[in-house]
Amino acid sequence: MSTQAQAFNREQAIRIEQQITLQYRFAAGHHASRFFTALRDEGKILATRDAEGNVMVPPRPVCGLSGLPMTEWVEVGPDGVLAGCTIVYVPFIDPMTGVQRPVPYGFGLVRFTGADTSIYHLLDATEPEQIGVGKRVEAVFKPREERTGSLADIRHFRMVD
Amino acid sequence: MTPVRTAVVATGQSDHGRRFDASMGEIAREAIDRCLGSRGLTFDDIDAVVAGNMEMFEGIYLVDQYLVGALGALDKPLYKLNTGGTVGASAALACYHLVASGRHKRVLGVGFQKQTEGSAQSAITTVGDPVWERAVMAGAIGNFATMASTYIAESGVTPEQAAKVAVKARRNACLNPHAHLQLPNITVEEVLESEMLAYPIHRLDFCPSSDGACAIVMAAESIAADHAEHPAWVHAVATSHDQQYMGDSPKRLAVMRSLQAATKKAYKLAGVTDPRHDFDVAELYEPASYAELAWYENVGFCPMGDGGKLIDAGVTLIDGDLPVNPSGGVLSTNPVGATAMIRVAEAANQVMGEAGEHQIPGVRRALATGYGGNAWSDVMILSRELPATAEVSA
Repeated sequence: MSTQAQAFNREQAIRIEQQITLQYRFAAGHHASRFFTALRDEGKILATRDAEGNVMVPPRPVCGLSGLPMTEWVEVGPDGVLAGCTIVYVPFIDPMTGVQRPVPYGFGLVRFTGADTSIYHLLDATEPEQIGVGKRVEAVFKPREERTGSLADIRHFRMVD
Repeated sequence: MTPVRTAVVATGQSDHGRRFDASMGEIAREAIDRCLGSRGLTFDDIDAVVAGNMEMFEGIYLVDQYLVGALGALDKPLYKLNTGGTVGASAALACYHLVASGRHKRVLGVGFQKQTEGSAQSAITTVGDPVWERAVMAGAIGNFATMASTYIAESGVTPEQAAKVAVKARRNACLNPHAHLQLPNITVEEVLESEMLAYPIHRLDFCPSSDGACAIVMAAESIAADHAEHPAWVHAVATSHDQQYMGDSPKRLAVMRSLQAATKKAYKLAGVTDPRHDFDVAELYEPASYAELAWYENVGFCPMGDGGKLIDAGVTLIDGDLPVNPSGGVLSTNPVGATAMIRVAEAANQVMGEAGEHQIPGVRRALATGYGGNAWSDVMILSRELPATAEVSA
């Protein structure tokens, strides 16, 4: 029997299909827990501030710029401006639900009034003409009874301008 | 301790693309065999191996164990890295450090990815912070699209200027036998008419998902000339990180703080004072057309805001004054674990005079960059000349 290697036909290559489902339960930590509790119970957006006056959302123990502890809590928003924005057309599976998000949808970096950093979130826009860097937006909260203590307690941001 | 002067002396790449015929180990080995084979080297000549990929694309953890054989690493130091998109460059930097430290004489670096095996967008989601970012992520495309919107607002760059980058990449790729997307007849109009993925990024403004691998050998000064007629000497390596969350940088892409910081450190080490003229070629990690224009500004090839003018003037075309990504770049080939090492390998090939059909004549000095994660940057400067000092790391 010949053991010589035969020319390999790429079209006949075998592929093995597998699906891996992994489940996690992440500890949000005490900074995020305080933020999400205030968001859920009071509809407030909290940020941390350091001695130099840097105000950051998400709240965090240490400022990455100054290296100083962020020990002071301040309220920011719930309005702000877009630091970046897009309308997404490509189908994308929502990692929180496993279900494809309806397209098109608005998506952007929101800088809350009073904060120096931004967070990504959904926008209530579906056309490029509706959005723009520097445009004003406002958080639209889910009703209190639907809020669970996560960033999704903000349904989306409404274009104000 | 005085570091050892170090050079890239060999490179090799797999064929990149949709490689359903090759397993991860086989595609890594394809690049390694070409790399070692080009110099008549064997695994016996290699003292240590540094490997890099992003595990979630294939969902295989501990690839270093499964690939010990393929990587030729049995009984050798084998270090596996993952620094996101930068990993190929980070692995090259690690190879540099292992040789420059005097610990090893020849170190093999390998970057690889079978990106078609899983869901690229789902894998990218695992990069996001689970508490703050995953709930609303829109993959690499949504991220780059928002970055592009900020860059447009800052610089006034136009979709046509971005499309010129997309065209340049895919035409250059036709001269590179390893490249994935080779589109000889692509036009600016075709880019602008291609499907909108996320405004303002069209399908042809964005990188493909590729399978592929890249390998390099870094060698110490005492033996480098044994392996390459013109070794590509390392004149600077630098890494810079940004803050942790996507929204922390106020003008992402327009102002890439980490790339500015890394190039500033590297230029100082290499004595680069006028990057626009001090480099003969650059291989920049540009996952989107807009990114390349922004990188022109952030690495100092032009004043801030003038990236569009540089492509309009044809400066960065393959026959321009300062060709950028003559290989076709990331826009043509993106096996993410290999992508940043391809930048280093292509820059080294240019310096060694071995880039084939996309060789730029008379290259003395080349810049390679890696980009990854939120906003992390690796920079390497390679030159035909032996560096005056071995202190080249920041």
